[in-house]
Amino acid sequence: MPLAHPVPNPLPSADEASAGPLSRRKFLTYVVAAPVLTVAASSTGTLIAPGKAYAVVPSPPQPENILDLGDVMVAATKQAQDLLVLEVTTDNRVVFRMPRAEVGQGITTALAMVVADEIDARLADVDVPLEDARQDLGTAQSTGGSSSVRSLWDPVRSIAAEARARLVTAAAKRWDLPASSLTTRDTTVRAPDGRTATYGSLTEAAAKVDQPAVPTDPKPSSEYRVIGTSTARIDARSIVTGAAKYALDVNVPDALPTVVARPPTINGKVKTYDAAAALKMPGVVAITKLPSGIAVTAKTFDQALKAKSAVQVTWAAGTVDGVSDADIDARLTAAIPPMTPAPPLTQRVDATFEFAFVNHAPMEVGSAVADVQSGSAEVWVASKSPTGAQSAVADATKLSVDEVTLHVVRGGGSFGRRLYHEPAVEAALVSQAIKQPVKLMWTRNDDMRHGRVRPRSHHQLRAVHARGDVLSYEHRMACVELDLGSGTGQALVDAGYINPTIGAAFFNLSQSCPYNFGPVTESLNEVSYDMPTAAWRSVYSAQARTAEEILVDEIAKGLGTDPVAMRRKFLKTGEARAVLDKVAAAGNWGRTMSSKTAQGVALHAEYRSIAACLVEIDCRSDKPRVTKAVMALDVGRQVNPSGLRAQAMGSLIDGISTVLLAGNHLDDGAFREGSYSDFKYARQADAPLVCDVHLVGGTGKPGGVGELCVPAAAGAVANAYARATGSKPRKFPINF
Amino acid sequence: MPTYAFTLNGKKVTVDAPADMPLLWVLRDLLGVTGPKYGCGVGVCRACTCHVNGKAVQVCTLTAAEVVGKKVTTIEGLAPEGGLHPVQQAWLDEDVAQCGFCQPGQIMQATALLNSNRNPSDTDIDQIMNVCRCGTYCRIRKAIKRAASTM
Repeated sequence: MPLAHPVPNPLPSADEASAGPLSRRKFLTYVVAAPVLTVAASSTGTLIAPGKAYAVVPSPPQPENILDLGDVMVAATKQAQDLLVLEVTTDNRVVFRMPRAEVGQGITTALAMVVADEIDARLADVDVPLEDARQDLGTAQSTGGSSSVRSLWDPVRSIAAEARARLVTAAAKRWDLPASSLTTRDTTVRAPDGRTATYGSLTEAAAKVDQPAVPTDPKPSSEYRVIGTSTARIDARSIVTGAAKYALDVNVPDALPTVVARPPTINGKVKTYDAAAALKMPGVVAITKLPSGIAVTAKTFDQALKAKSAVQVTWAAGTVDGVSDADIDARLTAAIPPMTPAPPLTQRVDATFEFAFVNHAPMEVGSAVADVQSGSAEVWVASKSPTGAQSAVADATKLSVDEVTLHVVRGGGSFGRRLYHEPAVEAALVSQAIKQPVKLMWTRNDDMRHGRVRPRSHHQLRAVHARGDVLSYEHRMACVELDLGSGTGQALVDAGYINPTIGAAFFNLSQSCPYNFGPVTESLNEVSYDMPTAAWRSVYSAQARTAEEILVDEIAKGLGTDPVAMRRKFLKTGEARAVLDKVAAAGNWGRTMSSKTAQGVALHAEYRSIAACLVEIDCRSDKPRVTKAVMALDVGRQVNPSGLRAQAMGSLIDGISTVLLAGNHLDDGAFREGSYSDFKYARQADAPLVCDVHLVGGTGKPGGVGELCVPAAAGAVANAYARATGSKPRKFPINF
Repeated sequence: MPTYAFTLNGKKVTVDAPADMPLLWVLRDLLGVTGPKYGCGVGVCRACTCHVNGKAVQVCTLTAAEVVGKKVTTIEGLAPEGGLHPVQQAWLDEDVAQCGFCQPGQIMQATALLNSNRNPSDTDIDQIMNVCRCGTYCRIRKAIKRAASTM
């Protein structure tokens, strides 16, 4: 029977909330009227009003050093931390509702570890379900900018420590012992006399605790038992047994398979269509016209796919018909401003780089399940911006946002793609039109030809040097406009940036040169095309910092210096040198290698973390292969070393793929590639036989890691290729 | 509609399906077996890899008619209920998975390889064409070698 509960420190009233975070109490605690302990807040430290602190981009040249995108997400999450929910159930489960998407990056495991350590629970007793879309969380529910662990670290430790203190207090009352005499471990409170009580047995009493009788501060790092210990994914068993459920595996009764006939070119529209033949085909239930094409709903996906081919559609032109890569290249070249002339008596190193469009190509295609009824909608989708998806579904279906329930389900990869949610909107529209639940799937062709891409980009770089010193460094990037309107981009809008400048703001907040190269000028000009782009793992850095790391090798050549020695000399920080030194030593930098094989090295610092990568490449055939990789990371506090290594290895494969193999051609308004047969993302035979990841540093707070290693890996692969072949690679991927 | 009978994860099943219905959709839409995943529909990503009579096949390019009387094994049937196959255990020991979407197919492919070759070389492992977009390849290689030493 539900009990009545005191609410010691309720959520701020509307008046308090509108007065801004500065007016909040320093210790903000809220226990909801639930039958068990449910801590929804514990804030320590002073909150900062974003409107005051974050509305202005700090002065160039390197604002990223002062404030980066992760800081924006940290601030957004901190403001919302009183809305995070941690529950202890009567059956002794500790449940943290994760306000993020799990798309393989391992954050459910990392946060389960943080909760387990801080509340003193067995890891196996911790559940981390993904939170439904909650408008009160807003962009604090976005997954992006490699910021999830970084931004949840403080708030989650705080609420777990608060919960632990209340459980201890409840046990002290039950046993009539001083709370300070009790200890906690393995989801259990222990008394000095040997008595024990599980958290589950205490949770109802703990929910009634007015004021914890022991400190609610998170424990010191010296007491960590779980944080910092390599831990296998908490969902690993469900994955290897096939039990893990992705959107199309969720059992929504009677949800009907649905696919969409899409135009031959990007953003083409339906002019006329004839579905008579398709409607007569076996199993076909309905045909629905959507803004994006003609949806076919049937009893099986096989029937839907066959009927899709039978729908006769005439298409109006798309939004980039007539545009091919060469046309874009001409505009990108024109968008790069003139470089600053080198002063007399100096030498310069110039380089121009081009990077192709790259599809995100997550293994799980765009998918969503929707059940829209009169006055309500329920949607299941792997969304990295669930509140954005919820709003988009509400807009499309003419429902109010609070009539839309949006469940975030695990995603089969993202790499930026699931910041956008077209499948959720399409599924909702079809369900609303046919008054039945549907499960809508994009085909791989749909994902390749109508999904989003990393924008094609050009880079002009110039370093001026004299007498062994680099005097100035200039990098002018131009790319197809990046759509940042969701997730982290929205967080920037919320933080006061104005829409047309979001790309430039994002660029400024993500780019910094880790070297002492004198005055540094880095700028971005975007060229607008009406085509679907999206942030792709590490966003502008994937190209910009890769280009920069290639230039560093070319400067080294100009100076007659070894690439590692060159970097050691010019790196700004000892921490970065330590990371570089680690790969150089562990990777046996400079060892003698056969002709057409070589080592390459690169470094990247972002997200308050540093990564270096050393690879060995074999270019003796026309199919270059990275044979070995050694990586080193300093990510500050290491929550799950195993997960960190996985992120590094995955980024390495991204580096190999985007530098050597995988990209997308735009031909007359349509992408040429249609599947993994021609989008040549790396496979086992392209991966190194050896990949060692070393973790260095390890103190302080966690930095970001999800995207960290992509530029270091890509730069190392390109530099190794250049050294092995004696060439200067300029266009990526090289085998395109 | 024609009827096809085969063995699925050790149990006899009979389905009514069009002759050209890919086995992937027979499994997922008619039989509710969702371990095999759609990733491309044309046999190139291999996320749907299952075993037919012990051999790895892409069920998106195979029809129900082609497996009549044969033994089809999906990831759900690789080990007895509640247990783990040595390859699955190796996957846990090496913490292979990230997003996990391709992993049922990877595990079925690796198991088929090990069934025919108890000690695969790096060159043998390189022949695996299953795409993993998270880039877990190095751990897959280690897990296969670990499983080889325990099977």
